[in-house]
Amino acid sequence: MKYSNRGYMATKEGFSEALIELGEKYDDIILLGADITSSVGMDGFANMFPNRFISMGIAEQNCIGVATGLALSGKVPVFSTYGVFAALRTTDQIRISLCYNKVHAIIGGAHAGVSVGPDGATHQALEDIAVLRSLPNITILSPADATQTAQATIAAYDQCDGPVYVRFGRAEVSNFTPSDTDFKVGKAQLLKEGWDLTIIATGHMVWEALLASELLSEKGISARVINMHTIKPIDIDIIIKAAKETKGIITAEEHQIIGGLGSAVAEVVVKTNPAPMEMIGMNDMFGESGQPEELMDKYGLTAKSISNKAIELLNE
Amino acid sequence: MEKRISDILDLQKISTEIRKDVIRSICEAASGHTGGSLGLVDIFTCLYFNLLNHDCKNPEWENRDRLVLSIGHVAPVLYTTLAHSGYFSKKELLTLRKLGSRLQGHPGRDHGLPGLELSAGSLGQGLSVAVGMALASKIDKRENRIYCIMGDGELQEGSIWEAAMSSSHHKLDNLMAIVDRNMLQIDGKTSDVMEIEPLSDKWTSFGWEVFQCDGHSHADIIHTITKAKGIINKPSVIIARTIMGKGIPSIENKHGWHGKAPTKEELSNFIDQISRSHEI
Repeated sequence: MKYSNRGYMATKEGFSEALIELGEKYDDIILLGADITSSVGMDGFANMFPNRFISMGIAEQNCIGVATGLALSGKVPVFSTYGVFAALRTTDQIRISLCYNKVHAIIGGAHAGVSVGPDGATHQALEDIAVLRSLPNITILSPADATQTAQATIAAYDQCDGPVYVRFGRAEVSNFTPSDTDFKVGKAQLLKEGWDLTIIATGHMVWEALLASELLSEKGISARVINMHTIKPIDIDIIIKAAKETKGIITAEEHQIIGGLGSAVAEVVVKTNPAPMEMIGMNDMFGESGQPEELMDKYGLTAKSISNKAIELLNE
Repeated sequence: MEKRISDILDLQKISTEIRKDVIRSICEAASGHTGGSLGLVDIFTCLYFNLLNHDCKNPEWENRDRLVLSIGHVAPVLYTTLAHSGYFSKKELLTLRKLGSRLQGHPGRDHGLPGLELSAGSLGQGLSVAVGMALASKIDKRENRIYCIMGDGELQEGSIWEAAMSSSHHKLDNLMAIVDRNMLQIDGKTSDVMEIEPLSDKWTSFGWEVFQCDGHSHADIIHTITKAKGIINKPSVIIARTIMGKGIPSIENKHGWHGKAPTKEELSNFIDQISRSHEI
């Protein structure tokens, strides 16, 4: 396989590194903390640039408004907390203050997916993509590993001029993106060419998709693997191409099936080139406590379940 | 920078003309929030014609004082005051709420109206934005001031108190909140819908300096805000007693006029009432 695991890292580590890099380069970047600064990877920046870290307490709705005010005054604010709060407790503020005003602000949605683990359902962000995807003007980035999370965070500053949601996780996962990989917002990565079917994955599920393609290859099935690191705006061209050139598409995400990556891909497929599809994700249910790998296994968010689904799809 | 008008009679005249244009535009739109818009005219007049440092020819001037209207539904008083201040033609006021207009039902910056600081309309968000602007001014060591206009019913939103807490925590003495205390909201009296008293004590306990004023006395508004500007190390709030529908005696203090537009038949009578109120 072209990609190899260079070691296990939480994607939030990439967020943390990128913030420091941005802080060193740009004066206008201001961080807003909501009490869980170190848990979401903002402590490094806060220690290095204490004058540009503002403690806002456990008050997420206020943070989004404050971010809007900072952005309307020429700053690029970054607000991060767990995705469940960052995206869902604040949805109205994100809709009106951030998105309707179309300000350049970065929201870090930490603790995405069931792989958050023992904290259980309350803290596992599984609906953030679905809710935010429907809001005009927002960009949603869902990088695959720590290296790509750093690239996505830099891109959220460099390549965007409106609100951006960067989604990342807590569990230590394979870090496989080469550091010289180009990251272009809205342009998905073709990780592996294949002609029987296409796996389109996002976040932690990208590595699982790569492993699944290996399992399929052993059975003589050639699977294309696409890393959809930008959920919005979605890369329409790469989806249409997959729908035309392969026999079907499987989407894989650590998120509810309703409204997530699978829905976004299906919206493109049904309009342009209807093709058989299967969606892997949380099937309209909450998560629970457990170790990350136990939960991923229980909810079918593994290479094995992607590969099984692929075989089913091809047999239909 | 705009010239300051200090003569109280001149300010009253401006308020009278603004009131007439507020109801002309709402009548033409056939929908909109008459009561609250009229109740805030005197405060807006004092702000734009006396208190704010602003420049209608350079709306994005970075050292301008900024007015954040949290209660987006009273947009007509903001639009009319901006037009009377020279930001755009008064004729445009008659496009209020119409398709393609820059004067959206609730302020929307993406339609390009000069002088508009914030798209807003979902209650409880403006003070947080004002806090962000005030923090940015502190970081950049700008001397400007951020004003946030809020409704009294709006204070029932929990997010206001998150913002209130953060304002005093960060010692934002460049932030001033003005509460439109007309005692009414859509369903009736604030005291019946959801009591917000003791209001002064609430703000004090959140670390704010509290002032009260008569929201229809230009002299008192200017005097009180000027006094509040002297407060250091903490934010100030002005609780301005106002009358919903002020200037048109037949609709004053009637909460049914929160979101109702005058008909074409009512308009001339209302204009007459505004003229007569001014003479008194």
